[in-house]
Amino acid sequence: MSNLTDLTIASARAGLDAGDFSARELAAAHIAAMAEHKTLNTFITETPERALADADAADARRAAGQVASALDGVPIAMKDLFCTEGVRSTAGSHILEPFVPPYESTVSAKLKAGGSVMLGKANLDEFAMGSANITSYYGPVTNPWVAGNGDNRQRVPGGSSGGSAAAVAARIAIAATGTDTGGSIRQPASFCGIVGMKPTYGRCSRWGIVAFASSLDQAGPMTRTVEDAAIMLQVMAGHDPKDSTSAPYDTPNFSEKLRSGVKGLKIGVPREYRVDGMPAEIDSVWQQGADWLRDLGAEVVEISLPHTKYALPTYYIIAPAEASSNLARYDGVRYGLRVPGNDLKEMYENTRAEGFGAEVKRRIMIGTYVLSAGYYDAYYIKAQKVRSLILRDFTSAFEKVDAILTPTAPSAAFALGEKQDDPVQMYLNDVFTVPASMAGLPAISVPGGLSAEGLPLGLHLIGKPFDEVTLFQVAQALEDAAGFEARPAGY
Amino acid sequence: MALDQATVARIANLARIKVTDDELQAWATDLSAIITFVEQLDEVNVDGVEPMTGVGDFPLPLRVDAVTDGGYAEIVTGNAPEGALGFYTVPKVVE
Repeated sequence: MSNLTDLTIASARAGLDAGDFSARELAAAHIAAMAEHKTLNTFITETPERALADADAADARRAAGQVASALDGVPIAMKDLFCTEGVRSTAGSHILEPFVPPYESTVSAKLKAGGSVMLGKANLDEFAMGSANITSYYGPVTNPWVAGNGDNRQRVPGGSSGGSAAAVAARIAIAATGTDTGGSIRQPASFCGIVGMKPTYGRCSRWGIVAFASSLDQAGPMTRTVEDAAIMLQVMAGHDPKDSTSAPYDTPNFSEKLRSGVKGLKIGVPREYRVDGMPAEIDSVWQQGADWLRDLGAEVVEISLPHTKYALPTYYIIAPAEASSNLARYDGVRYGLRVPGNDLKEMYENTRAEGFGAEVKRRIMIGTYVLSAGYYDAYYIKAQKVRSLILRDFTSAFEKVDAILTPTAPSAAFALGEKQDDPVQMYLNDVFTVPASMAGLPAISVPGGLSAEGLPLGLHLIGKPFDEVTLFQVAQALEDAAGFEARPAGY
Repeated sequence: MALDQATVARIANLARIKVTDDELQAWATDLSAIITFVEQLDEVNVDGVEPMTGVGDFPLPLRVDAVTDGGYAEIVTGNAPEGALGFYTVPKVVE
């Protein structure tokens, strides 16, 4: 039997069903990996006792012939943006350091009801704001990958779901939850050499997920295979009356067409994604991806998404605007940190000055500015109009193609400490992922190959709204063609 | 557009984040870079385009306006940094 921490969701289920090992043994192996790789700082709160209790319950269900879902007994990491009943939920922020939710988010409740085993709460950028997992109050996460050319500098895992991505890549968890507002699942998946999938906006309930930008936030799976992503999303998705933006649609069988191939499908390659200064190896992995799909029988066509270059500036108006509104709730009164002041206003100001980190303050202030009297039309309404144009671009493109192929990120994982001084430079990490977010479209990052330095590079597929089935179908073909077997040395 | 220190002070006040006088210039420089970046949107013609508030293509659902939950103030206030008897407490606001 292979190492228990090398299993996928699918192979773990098969092994559990066959009685090759118990859920408790599976949990114990991952708890040991969590302890061994503590220096990666992938978790803010570890819950090994909870994991063992979950595993025992899974074993009891299986013995009674009552397996709850395909995830029953599978150890996962939960991004610390999901509120978990009785387990501290910090959002990576000092301001929520003492917060223990008395309720469970819908997505984590579904995963719990599905029998998954929670190893702990995964580290993330503070309030999911960041692309390198360096803004967490609980310290940065280290990517288990290092360059293969003797450059031993520690790499960032990407962000904001950096703890989730690093835990899956380092074989600490079989899978993890992520959330994606502008690329926070897909970009770290690319940096860590795993699969990260953002469903259509509305596919998963946002209820109980600490809000960042409510018109963009969406939960999704982070796994080591496309098949696992489809299996995990099956458990996470579904209409929820507690989230008014949750889509009132039936959940399809996401695995339905995994083995159908791509013959006859049309794949669009948007010419506007060929940005100035794009590294040659990003262009070449992208070209390689298109060639693979063509070789498998898909028709690859060039398309135009004319407003692509405006997606990122649009995002940096809309997301901060929504964040400034959502984060107004952290006032030192109802939960979280309180820093005293001479009066109520000073108490608010002191609490928020001490409780929020620099990036969060930056976005709250930008958001406050673009929503303030005299600037609202010029910035916020303007951005909402450009957002309509971005959506329109995709709508017309999808009249011609079934899915769109792009690179996931403009680089491989960079070293800890790089790009830290210039916020706009950091924002450019999400240049390829943000447009799909603005349009609410499903998208997935699949490992495409290694950079010259030996670091993973992701390929990004964007699908039609609520057509995750086709997205998984194309992603599976890409994964099969790429045959990505590389793993971080020592993990 | 470059933001000046007075604008930063105004924003910080609206956002209820304490910013000291000696931090104002650093914030002005920092925020100005982002505002300059987003001002690329000035190039885009949006005549006749409707603003987009969300991506859902279904109407927002309505529900009966009725109490469906509650009755556990102690749990709701359980995370309050300061509280008493199922209430939140704040510094005195009325003299």
